[in-house]
Amino acid sequence: MEQLKTIGRELAMGSQGGFGQSKEFLELVKSIGEARSKAEEDRIVLHEIETLKRRISEPDIPKRKMKEFIIRLVYIEMLGHDASFGYIHAVKMTHDDTLLLKRTGYLAVTLFLNDDHDLIILIVNTIQKDLKSDNYLIVCAALNAVCRLINDETIPAVLPQVVDLLGHQKEAVRKKAIMALHRFYHKSPSSVSHLFPNFRKRLCDNDPGVMGATLCPLFDLITVDVNSYKDLVLSFVSILKQVAERRLPKGYDYHQMPAPFIQIRLLKILALLGSGDKLASEKMYTVVGDIFRKCDSTSNIGNAVLYECICCVSSIYPNPKLLEAAADVISRFLKSDSHNLKYMGIDALGRLIKISPEIAEQHQLAVIDCLEDPDDTLKRKTFELLYKMTKSSNVEVIVDRMIDYMISINDNHYKTYIASRCVELAEQFAPSNHWFIQTMNKVFEHAGDLVNIKVAHNLMRLIAEGFGEDDDAADSQLRSSAVESYLHIIGEPKLPSVFLQVICWVFGEYGTADGKYSASYITGKLCDVAEAYSNDETVKAYAVTALMKIYAFEIASGRKVDMLPECQSLVEELSASHSTDLQQRAYELQAVVSLDAHAVESIMPLDASCEDIEIDKNLSFLNSYVQQSLENGARPYIPESQRSGVLDISNFRSQDQPEASMHGLRFEAYELPKAPVTSRIPPASVAPSTELVPVPEPSYSRETHQVASVPSISDAGSTELRLRLDGVQRKWGKPTYSSPTSSTSNASQSTSNGVTQVDSAANVNSKARHTHDSRKPQAEITPEKQKLAASLFGGPSKTEKRPTSASHKVAKASSHAAEKSQAPKAAVVSNQATLDKINHQPPPDLLDLGEPTVTNSAPSVDPFQQLEGLLDPTQVTSTVNHGAVATEAPDIMALYVGTPAGGQSSSAENSLPSNSYDVNLTSELSNLTSGTTNAGATLTQFTKGPNPKDALEKDALVRQMGVTPTSQNPNLFSDLLG
Amino acid sequence: MIRSVMVMNTQGKPRLAKFYDFQTVEKQQELIRSVFGVLCSRAENISNFLDAASIFGPDSSLVYKHYATLYFVLVFDSSENELAMLDLIQVFVETLDKCFKNVCELDIVFNYSKIHTILDEMIFGGQVLETSSTELVKAVEEISRLESASNSINLVPKSVSGWRNR
Repeated sequence: MEQLKTIGRELAMGSQGGFGQSKEFLELVKSIGEARSKAEEDRIVLHEIETLKRRISEPDIPKRKMKEFIIRLVYIEMLGHDASFGYIHAVKMTHDDTLLLKRTGYLAVTLFLNDDHDLIILIVNTIQKDLKSDNYLIVCAALNAVCRLINDETIPAVLPQVVDLLGHQKEAVRKKAIMALHRFYHKSPSSVSHLFPNFRKRLCDNDPGVMGATLCPLFDLITVDVNSYKDLVLSFVSILKQVAERRLPKGYDYHQMPAPFIQIRLLKILALLGSGDKLASEKMYTVVGDIFRKCDSTSNIGNAVLYECICCVSSIYPNPKLLEAAADVISRFLKSDSHNLKYMGIDALGRLIKISPEIAEQHQLAVIDCLEDPDDTLKRKTFELLYKMTKSSNVEVIVDRMIDYMISINDNHYKTYIASRCVELAEQFAPSNHWFIQTMNKVFEHAGDLVNIKVAHNLMRLIAEGFGEDDDAADSQLRSSAVESYLHIIGEPKLPSVFLQVICWVFGEYGTADGKYSASYITGKLCDVAEAYSNDETVKAYAVTALMKIYAFEIASGRKVDMLPECQSLVEELSASHSTDLQQRAYELQAVVSLDAHAVESIMPLDASCEDIEIDKNLSFLNSYVQQSLENGARPYIPESQRSGVLDISNFRSQDQPEASMHGLRFEAYELPKAPVTSRIPPASVAPSTELVPVPEPSYSRETHQVASVPSISDAGSTELRLRLDGVQRKWGKPTYSSPTSSTSNASQSTSNGVTQVDSAANVNSKARHTHDSRKPQAEITPEKQKLAASLFGGPSKTEKRPTSASHKVAKASSHAAEKSQAPKAAVVSNQATLDKINHQPPPDLLDLGEPTVTNSAPSVDPFQQLEGLLDPTQVTSTVNHGAVATEAPDIMALYVGTPAGGQSSSAENSLPSNSYDVNLTSELSNLTSGTTNAGATLTQFTKGPNPKDALEKDALVRQMGVTPTSQNPNLFSDLLG
Repeated sequence: MIRSVMVMNTQGKPRLAKFYDFQTVEKQQELIRSVFGVLCSRAENISNFLDAASIFGPDSSLVYKHYATLYFVLVFDSSENELAMLDLIQVFVETLDKCFKNVCELDIVFNYSKIHTILDEMIFGGQVLETSSTELVKAVEEISRLESASNSINLVPKSVSGWRNR
């Protein structure tokens, strides 16, 4: 039966002419189709290759037969076998005069060859000739080959011909010529840069197909450089209008849609041109609105155009009517049964919430449905959306979901991706440090080797800095909980290296800090780690340094140290290690252990990882020594700048360069290495004329910053530093971590000085908490899903209830001290997050609206001064802080600046959808002021500790928050609803 | 830009593979295999879209459609619209159907070069060139007419003898 069918087909194909194949080819295809195993298939194909090799080189093969051989070669290569022996025959075939063979030849070479293949040289000439052919099919075939086979070196050879073809009478040729030029642009933009006007000209081609093709290169050009094409906005709009009004010939309709692919391309281009340009956008509103109305939403292609409209609307300057239309379409997409449309809906929602955050909330249930859908694509898209709408209020739910999903999948690529997303969100929005650490633990445990090492360093810094120096109790609690959780985790097999590094570091710093665990217990664990992961040098290095710290702390506190035998053997083993780093650490450990308590205390102070290291850049303490040398007849130091005229400078230079290079980048080539002894001299000679030493401040700070940004090397790096500066200053002997933290203190300052942050942020976010909590019992009655939705989105209906629930909370507050304490905590990180955003990372979500108008206008109020004025009278403790610790002042200031800025930007983001900036700005100001007063209030409480009075005061605080200006509430809630 | 067009059957055998950026033969096989690996594990009645970043590198999506025994797959970057790409597959299949009258897997296997001709008329250098199946059929028929014309002129004497030799 099957055979009959095949024969029938064979006959049918014979009658089609031009595409008929011989029986052999049919046999081949059939036998491959029937092959039961890959091995059998390979055998058949290898046999075929042998036959072809033999027959293809026979003389006088009929052309038709030759064509078939080539097709067979292509077929074989598609099956994954090497057909390179036939490439030359395919190339030869392009030289043939017959259309059939030429086309086949071109087809084969485009499939076989890359644009840098040796055989291309043999084709370029043919292509040149064929581009001038009278037969347009030959021209088309050559253009096809041009796209694939011409690289940036050979472009000049064919460029003139291709440009000529732009004026060809056949529109098919013009189209392809444009596409070919577009391809050239991809390969080497400069080669066709003089032809950009031609693209514009072709836009006016009287064939709509050619015009449509021109949109492809124009889209790319506009992506790169929007401004030079602003003049085309009107043309694009009028073209789009004509297309949408069905002015094109019927032939361009597709499923009753007028030229949908052209519409899509035009909408894409308009989105680019209208982005952030109000004037240009206004010209587009009408036509986009028309398309929204006219588009047929029952067909797939109609929805494609609608989706593109949404993309366009979300990219151009916002227009409320269009946004409304877009929101309607999105809700239709999301309600649809088709997964494709849901996917598009989720994607479109993600685009639109940047502009009008409130629309997400009407679709909460649909979004939850998508999240729970078995379809992975949809699920991932939904995570993308959630990522965009994460707030401090819903971060826990979202990140938990992400981690659950991360654990459930095997796809490493996506696992890495989602792990980094989790980390990013946790860093930005974590409601509490404890939660942050727990989340990080989970991420590290399940995707440890996939996350960036920087994440680990951030975690260490968080543990080290905690809430800041003002609340030691909370800090040490955090640390003990970290130690506790790590002791719990450490027993598990096969932990990722990065995670182990964190664990070792935390053990070293805080393992024995709270006295719960003995030094021998912790050191035992560390030795176990070093032993279990003995082929991971970084982990071992961390472990040894941790051991050193623990012993140093023991010695400093006056206890007698007996090294565990396994520790002893570890150190011995490492001091003979191949790694010099490990060796040095081992020797250092031995050296530290043999010192007396006083010395150890000064080189390894307890919990000093956050201390600033003071560096005397002038090396003034060497003055006396230098003076003495000078008196003894030493030559005075001549700064390098003055030295260039001196003849015998080479020696000096070589001595000085190492010093100079420490402070800045060098651009000249390195000299040949000199004996290392010379570098010992400079410090002394540098000293006398300190004013002249070229140590520019900025470059110096850059250097420390570098250390900070790569804390991983701080361990290794500081040993290096220590070596060099050993004789110079004792301070360098301190724990290695001092350098990173000290330099970060002014850079990102995310967690240190946490207390002030906590308090100022508390009022906003603890409220968020309240509503959140108050909603919970309500949600319990409703299905699980709704609860999730509520925690993700928050509900608008609850907005009105908030004040009452808050006051309700007041009554409860005193009895629920523990619960209460959670609230301010929740706030910490959100504020820290806003700070973070302001300071470095471009925020991925709403804050980053690219709507500069609002965010820019806000700071002009100068919140800094306002705050200071507010704070000083109300808050004594903070001013005390202020004055008392002089070095801290800048940090605190920075914080105050940061805090209001954060508040502003969040309220600014809220104000966007409503388009009433002025109103919101003022309300946001009141928001600010109330925020700071509260901040003051809480500050006092924190120092008091848990007692009845404390509870009372907290109660007062809650009351205070309850009566804060009502204008604040809408803002607060849209913040939640995000 | 469209990166690749693939047609494979439900057993994972490639029936058509076209890559608009050069890929070595081995790489092509690997890509086809991994695409098939993902496709065959997907349930019915879920979305036709896939994030192909793990297979084709960053910024690449994949749209596929399942017809009878064949998967039609398009891989493209973010400058294309997913739904539109889905329709492009539709156009391709419609055109095949018009060219072969009730197209089936065998047609694609046996008319390898014609399929390529159709595809080249539709997608050119990674950009969508023509989306009307009537236009496509017209162009392809024109090509085969001219091809056979030029063929018969040149090959009449030879083909007769060639035919006799068989």
